Amino acid sequence: MKVLVAVKRVVDYNVKVRPKADGTGVDLANVKMSINPFCEIAVEEAVRLKEKGVATEVIAVSVGSQQSQEQLRTALALGADRAILVLTDDVMEPLAIAKCLRAICDSESPDIVLMGKQAIDGDNNQTGQMLGALTGYGQATFASEITIDGANASVIREVDGGLQTVSVSLPAIVTSDLRLNEPRYASLPNIMKAKKKTLDTTTPSDLGVDTSPRVSLLGVERPAERQAGIKVEDVAQLVDKLRNEAKVIS
Amino acid sequence: MSILIVAEHDNASLNVATLNSVTAGVAIGGDIHLLVAGEACSAVADEASQVAGVSKVLLAESAAYTHALAENVSLLIADLGANYSHILGTSTSNAKNILPRAAALLDVQAISDITEVVDTDTFKRPIYAGNVIATVKSSDAIKVLIVRGTAFDAAAVGDGSASIEAVAGSHDAGKSSFVSEEVVKSDRPELTAADIVISGGRGMGSGENFELLNGIADKLGAAIGASRAAVDAGFVPNDMQVGQTGKIVAPDLYVAVGISGAIQHLAGMKDSKVIVAINKDEEAPIFSVADYGLVADLFVALPELEAAL
Repeated sequence: MKVLVAVKRVVDYNVKVRPKADGTGVDLANVKMSINPFCEIAVEEAVRLKEKGVATEVIAVSVGSQQSQEQLRTALALGADRAILVLTDDVMEPLAIAKCLRAICDSESPDIVLMGKQAIDGDNNQTGQMLGALTGYGQATFASEITIDGANASVIREVDGGLQTVSVSLPAIVTSDLRLNEPRYASLPNIMKAKKKTLDTTTPSDLGVDTSPRVSLLGVERPAERQAGIKVEDVAQLVDKLRNEAKVIS
Repeated sequence: MSILIVAEHDNASLNVATLNSVTAGVAIGGDIHLLVAGEACSAVADEASQVAGVSKVLLAESAAYTHALAENVSLLIADLGANYSHILGTSTSNAKNILPRAAALLDVQAISDITEVVDTDTFKRPIYAGNVIATVKSSDAIKVLIVRGTAFDAAAVGDGSASIEAVAGSHDAGKSSFVSEEVVKSDRPELTAADIVISGGRGMGSGENFELLNGIADKLGAAIGASRAAVDAGFVPNDMQVGQTGKIVAPDLYVAVGISGAIQHLAGMKDSKVIVAINKDEEAPIFSVADYGLVADLFVALPELEAAL
């Protein structure tokens, strides 16, 4: 069985992003970029499926700039077999990314597509679900456990208030939540080996995808800053402040 | 302008999260219809018809909708939604699962987590863990919006008098099936709906130590949350996680215990009215957003706090 795993290059999760001074966008000059944490979990899951003998091939795909090759090489170092970059410098919305991935699904015919539930830059949480709609595949979002059972995947999903188990027929889209697994670190020999693995490049126009944005960014601003309050001496003073000053407890 | 709001429910009663989307719908302006898709859920439709501002309830009952499977419900929404200018749902795990799929079926770029309606096609939403607020304008003919519940007040229930219209037919994609559900039973309020939330972080040290929060939560009628660090460490389940990729809360009082205050956590709670931080590290970033900070060992402070309430 063939696994397609999508990865996104994003601002590293440790970076505190700020708006540009003129408010036209986000200042991304010289900030550290990484593989989106949820995508990394998806790659790890794909590699584990291969190690268990369930998957025969793991293909990593990314849609983005030339530098996204770094994140694809990371996926290859973690254990993906080959990679595809859909090269574009356009601002890519989830719908356009999903359209590119649909075209890759058409040519690669994966049995399962693993993706992160959300990228930590746009915080959209949409691409997997959209790819499900465009391919007509079933979907299991926010996965914390995946079991392949013949022609179906049994997936435990993290939902509000608890867990839900669904069975989805393959091919299917599964998006990873935090607890699906703990990604490994790539070893130095594997990083070296990854440099020799195949990385093919295509473009949205090769795939017949119109990437014109549907949503325009009018501006960005900093959120209202909270002021630091006071330090209380002890629990008694805290309770007194909450009762009599903030009046949030009785 | 006509607005379709996807109601959240469990086939028995309307989830109050729906009411936040109704308020967002009122801010957009226009005729508001609520879609209740489920099985044997006419009681939900009756309740939905009482919501102020709603003019019509669409009741779609089918075994295909019992567990709100995304493949089926998104087909229904795309089918009905083609006649609307806006399709809304509150950002629950259910709406996040379904609405983007419906949007793609309609060839629409959905907009997630809107926190403000500027006008009928322009909205504000947080990006980068809430470090930046973006103002975005949609050029799609139909706007699909996922509404951040904490950013909009709940619409009133009781004085509405919407008509209820049955939706004929059923969409069953046959791609997935519900197997089981494990819902945490708790007498405490739901995290996103609670007036008071008390959360523990890595500083709690273990899952057992979270019991130190129970007595306080019981006295305050509070929900219990956790930071991602506490979830990662395996102390508590992920559905307790407050933060960028967990739940977004904005209670009247938020008490952060043993939480350092990573930006991912702040993204989930910094709109709370009053924030209290209890941490033994006085340099912890959580103190920079706290109204009241207590530098103390939580294992001493928590029993004291419980006794003082």
